[in-house]
Amino acid sequence: MAESNDPKDTKQLTGEKTNVGLVERAKDTAMSLKDRALEEAREYKDPQQTQVWKSIFRVSHERSDPRNRSLAILSNVFLHLHPAKINRDAVRYRYTWGMGGITFYLFIVLTFTGVLLMFYYHPSKIVAFRDILYLEHDVPFGKLLRNMHRWAAHLMVITTWLHMFRVVLTGSYKKPREFNWCVGVVLLVLTLLLSFTGYLLPDDQLGFWAVTVGTNMARATPMLGNEGPFGAQLGLTPYNDVRFGLLGGSIVDANALLRAYIWHCIGIPLVASIFMAVHFWRIRKDGGISGPAPVMLESEMKVLKKK
Amino acid sequence: MSAIVAQPPQATSRRNRLIGLVVVLVLLALFAYSVQDWHQIWIIVSAPDNVPIVAMLFLVPFFTWLGIKQAHANDRLISDLEGDKDLAKTHHRKVEPWRPGWAKELHVWPYLVRIEFLSAVIVTVILYVWSIALNAPLEEPANPNLTMNPSKAPWYFLGLQEMLVYFDPWIAGVVMPSVIMIGLMVFPYVDSNPLGNGYYTIRQRRFAVNMFSWGFLMWILLIFIGTFIRGPGWIWFWPGQTWDHNTVVFDRNRDVHEIVGLTVANFPNHPDLMKYVIIPAFGFVLVAGFFIVGALFFHWLMKRAKFRLRYLISPGQFFGWARNDDPFEKKLLANTSMLQYAMFQFFAISVLLAMPVKLFLRLVFTIKYVWVTPWFNV
Repeated sequence: MAESNDPKDTKQLTGEKTNVGLVERAKDTAMSLKDRALEEAREYKDPQQTQVWKSIFRVSHERSDPRNRSLAILSNVFLHLHPAKINRDAVRYRYTWGMGGITFYLFIVLTFTGVLLMFYYHPSKIVAFRDILYLEHDVPFGKLLRNMHRWAAHLMVITTWLHMFRVVLTGSYKKPREFNWCVGVVLLVLTLLLSFTGYLLPDDQLGFWAVTVGTNMARATPMLGNEGPFGAQLGLTPYNDVRFGLLGGSIVDANALLRAYIWHCIGIPLVASIFMAVHFWRIRKDGGISGPAPVMLESEMKVLKKK
Repeated sequence: MSAIVAQPPQATSRRNRLIGLVVVLVLLALFAYSVQDWHQIWIIVSAPDNVPIVAMLFLVPFFTWLGIKQAHANDRLISDLEGDKDLAKTHHRKVEPWRPGWAKELHVWPYLVRIEFLSAVIVTVILYVWSIALNAPLEEPANPNLTMNPSKAPWYFLGLQEMLVYFDPWIAGVVMPSVIMIGLMVFPYVDSNPLGNGYYTIRQRRFAVNMFSWGFLMWILLIFIGTFIRGPGWIWFWPGQTWDHNTVVFDRNRDVHEIVGLTVANFPNHPDLMKYVIIPAFGFVLVAGFFIVGALFFHWLMKRAKFRLRYLISPGQFFGWARNDDPFEKKLLANTSMLQYAMFQFFAISVLLAMPVKLFLRLVFTIKYVWVTPWFNV
């Protein structure tokens, strides 16, 4: 602070009594603080100019600037799987039906509701069924939670199938996307297995018998099941075959419940996430969404074959 | 450069549509007349876990229509361009509108992101309404001593469970699903047709689209049978029949070798020879014969031109269609390597053909096994 000749200041420093009262001095200080606060507040009127905002969003969101529109995608962890720009016709949902994206969204919904359900569920034969009753009758919005988890699972199976159907109708599995189609087939299987392992968890008659019917088929696996072709010849019994491995026992019981729970909540979601990462990555690496592409003519086919 | 103008629907297609509508209405009326027990239908349709498959009955036709509609638009464009080489050189080759000066690409932010956001909102709303309106089913606690009848798998596996009627568990539950999965993975590698990559078309990919649609339809159909038709004891109840728990069906399912008289009882002097050699060899010949006939059938089918319904009422046109190969389809076949061809034949015969054939043999001729051996039966 610069040297001051103001009598008020010197007197204050020397402790001399002055005519200027404490109240007035406080008032002065308050006035200057107020002016400063107002001045600063004027700057806050534009939140995008604040330090907090700029630390989170690196890019100015000036809408009209094409560079910013690209950066909005590229510098965002959740959006960076998108390209900055796409074919103008590719945004027509009549072409894609949006089924792949909806499937992924449903996976997120299922993860979210699933984690919440895990707070109320013990994978134990003694309390599993009671946990569901508790969830339905006592937990706030518990019924809604369980319903949403189940219907989202059903919907995910439907959207997966429709996504697959669209990919076939548009020939999108063709070069260079053959491998990504195979990854998709694996994801289809994982989706069905996720749904199936979840079926047992309420530990009611519906799940119990569905899983009994389902795993009885494993008993008939050729060379791996005790009732399958060449099973008996290879020394397989109900206590060492593939069904025993799936259920952790020879009947659907406590171990089967625990195994279904771990596959459902940890094992398969983990594997599915890895395959999903590959699936999405490959969409970009294979040149983005397949179309709507310009049509090729039958008379041009020979040329295409030579390439 | 002018945008292709959509052609007005022709009078014949309008007439065909009218005929189709009348046929559908007559069938629906006949079905409604034949229903004995509407309550039974309501019980099945309104079961919360059956909502997805009921929804599929509407979603699959809708999306099939949506795909075919766009395929027809593209096919019209393709035939216009094939007929006018000069236009083909300058045309932008899409049915979507295009003008010079329009940017070919859009920014993902906001034009795609906003669509994704909106669909997420719509899906969330649908889920909320669905979850508030319908409760997830919860039966009594699991009880190994009390078997549910009918005891059904979740709806998406009912196709497999229905297959158990036609095949032994090791085929229906293990081999078939594996073959279907591998077949799906092999699909892009055996489809050697370079056309139709990234746009809807039927004209250029008739066989591939039809084969996949046939498989998809069969899958949905099996689930439909498993959901709506199989009642207590997994007995066949037509839609509208009451699911009577006391129903007994006196089916006498026989094996093919019994029908032709190749049984141990008929040749009592050589029981082991019959059991280990003759009967298995007979079944093997039948199955091998099925594969050969199936291969010939698909070989014939993949070279056919478009089938038109009017061929059904005109034998001359029908035989013309059946006899003459389509030059374009022949060209596609020439593009296919031996390995691709053999792979396709294997998966097509063992899933797309074997499934409906066995279903037919079992339901119409009450035949249980075609190939009986001491180790496995097919």
